[in-house]
Amino acid sequence: MLTFTIRRLVLAVPTLLFISLVIFLLLELAPGDPMAQVPLTVPPEVKERMREALGLGEPVHVRFVKWLVQFFWIEPQVLFDNLFGTNLTEGQQRVLSWQTRSPVMDIVVQRLPQTLWVVGMSYVLGVLIALPIGIYSAYRQYSVFDQLGTFISMIGFSVPTFFTGVLLIVLFSVHLGWFPSIYDTTHKITDWDSFVFQLRQMAMPVFVLALYNAAQISRFMRASMLDNLNQDYVRTARAKGLGEKTVVLVHVLRNSMIPVVTVIALGVPQVFGGAIITEQVFKVNGLGHLLIGAIEANDLPMVQTLTFIFALLIVIFNLIADVLYGILDPRIRYD
Amino acid sequence: MTEPIQNAAPTGALTDPIPSSPPRSQWHDVWDQFKHHKGAMLGGVIFLLIVLLVFVGPWFWPFDATHIDIRARNQGPTWAHPLGTDQLGRDTLARMMAGGQTSVSVGITAMLLALFLGSLIGVLAGFFRQLDGLLMRMTDLFLALPLLPLLLVMVLLFRDPLNAAFGPETGIFILIVCAIGVTSWMPTARIVRGDVLALKEREFVLAARSIGTTNARMITRHILPNVLSPIMVSATLGIANAIITESALSFLGLGFPPDFPTWGRLLFDATDYLQQYPERVFWPGLAISLTVLSVNYLGDGLRDALDPRIRGR
Repeated sequence: MLTFTIRRLVLAVPTLLFISLVIFLLLELAPGDPMAQVPLTVPPEVKERMREALGLGEPVHVRFVKWLVQFFWIEPQVLFDNLFGTNLTEGQQRVLSWQTRSPVMDIVVQRLPQTLWVVGMSYVLGVLIALPIGIYSAYRQYSVFDQLGTFISMIGFSVPTFFTGVLLIVLFSVHLGWFPSIYDTTHKITDWDSFVFQLRQMAMPVFVLALYNAAQISRFMRASMLDNLNQDYVRTARAKGLGEKTVVLVHVLRNSMIPVVTVIALGVPQVFGGAIITEQVFKVNGLGHLLIGAIEANDLPMVQTLTFIFALLIVIFNLIADVLYGILDPRIRYD
Repeated sequence: MTEPIQNAAPTGALTDPIPSSPPRSQWHDVWDQFKHHKGAMLGGVIFLLIVLLVFVGPWFWPFDATHIDIRARNQGPTWAHPLGTDQLGRDTLARMMAGGQTSVSVGITAMLLALFLGSLIGVLAGFFRQLDGLLMRMTDLFLALPLLPLLLVMVLLFRDPLNAAFGPETGIFILIVCAIGVTSWMPTARIVRGDVLALKEREFVLAARSIGTTNARMITRHILPNVLSPIMVSATLGIANAIITESALSFLGLGFPPDFPTWGRLLFDATDYLQQYPERVFWPGLAISLTVLSVNYLGDGLRDALDPRIRGR
């Protein structure tokens, strides 16, 4: 298992390098010019100097290696500095955003909590809703509950989040006025009332994403439970007189969770990607919002770094899913 | 030496009466199973209706999607405009039909492209051992790419050059179809490769090989027809996926231009008037959801009908 994990970790390095190269080269084709906003009265040689100051003067491969060093070597040191108060990175150049001229990672760290709160909460909630529904649907296959559950999960699966989000805004913000339609990022929780306000503003985006996630996971859970419910060991467990509760919730559930856990792990990075739309609908000032803003403003270092962070998440969670699968299912042997 | 056996009575199977009706084809069985899946039948009918409505409807509808009647702007539902009009007095029903044409065409074209790429790569990887490692590593790499951010970046980057080359409408159509196609072929490729690997070991392939079938003939004649069922299931799911992706791009303002309606774009435009005319977001959203829902049910039914283990139960 350990050798497998190490092998996968080593394999992840070229994958990530290749992905970063693809993103870099794609952005290299960008027609936009960061100097487009500079007034026309600025003479061309000054513009050239400004472009060099942004690090655009050098050839492609130099810039790519520079970005790699900045992202993989300097940024972790900055994190280390912030955690332990050292100053390893004094005077080192970091990845700078063209929009704000501040380090990209600083902005990402500012935006991360909003995304994590909304997206993380919705994912946890989605899983918590999905598992019981999936279990019960499979246990009573073709019952009214199962038919209804399948239909609702089909709807949750098919109705795009930008429509459910907008519908909820129409219903709960415009008509009923229960929840605010715009997420207030600057809101601080100081007392009970502000906590309630935080809950209210999180309710709609969390619900939208949770419904979408729950729909997908409950389908997997149901299918996995159905696969296991007809196995011989279930009959054995019943035959030796175990209670129905023990059979379903201990024997079948534990075996059915194996594929579902990996599906849950694989879904995490997709949730971050999909949250881009939900963040846009509810104006949550998170990573997805940051990415859209950067794309519109032609802020290439920011787009590059953010896209790469999403890719990093995918690779890491793929790895986690593979390793988890091996740990949970003793039948799987990777060596 | 050996005397030819004369007048030997034909025995066994040879005496059986020749069946008068041709044997039931596989597709007959599939259709029989498919008919019993109520959700899939309903989904199929609704999808066909939607396609028919958006492509044939504009011929019978007196208003043009781009016809501006500023005096009739912001109307609610009336007999002349059953779904009302927008802020420029354009008929919403006509715009919905025009938007549907684009959304459905993008969905189907992008699905065909993804299907072509996926089947090609899957068949090549499964059939030719030398290509397998390389192509599957490439598939893994593509699966590790963050798709939505990349799609956004691609649209941003290539919008202007393609607009200049093909005009604003065709250019963005090509761009979005290619972007969705290039980023959604991977699941098909994996499934097809798995099936091809299993098929390659079967006796009929060996038999075909022994009579000197070439690789190209083998693929088109023996392999492809046998992997048709997973491809068809991916096709339906691919349409749903492509329609949602296109709507999401349009919704984020990075899809089709404003005067060129798609369902996602109509929804995006309607959110600006959410406070005054909240009902306006309803129709495009409903159209997207209904299409995707019906296609998903269709795919579900097809999957059951094409799975020989389930068929006949």
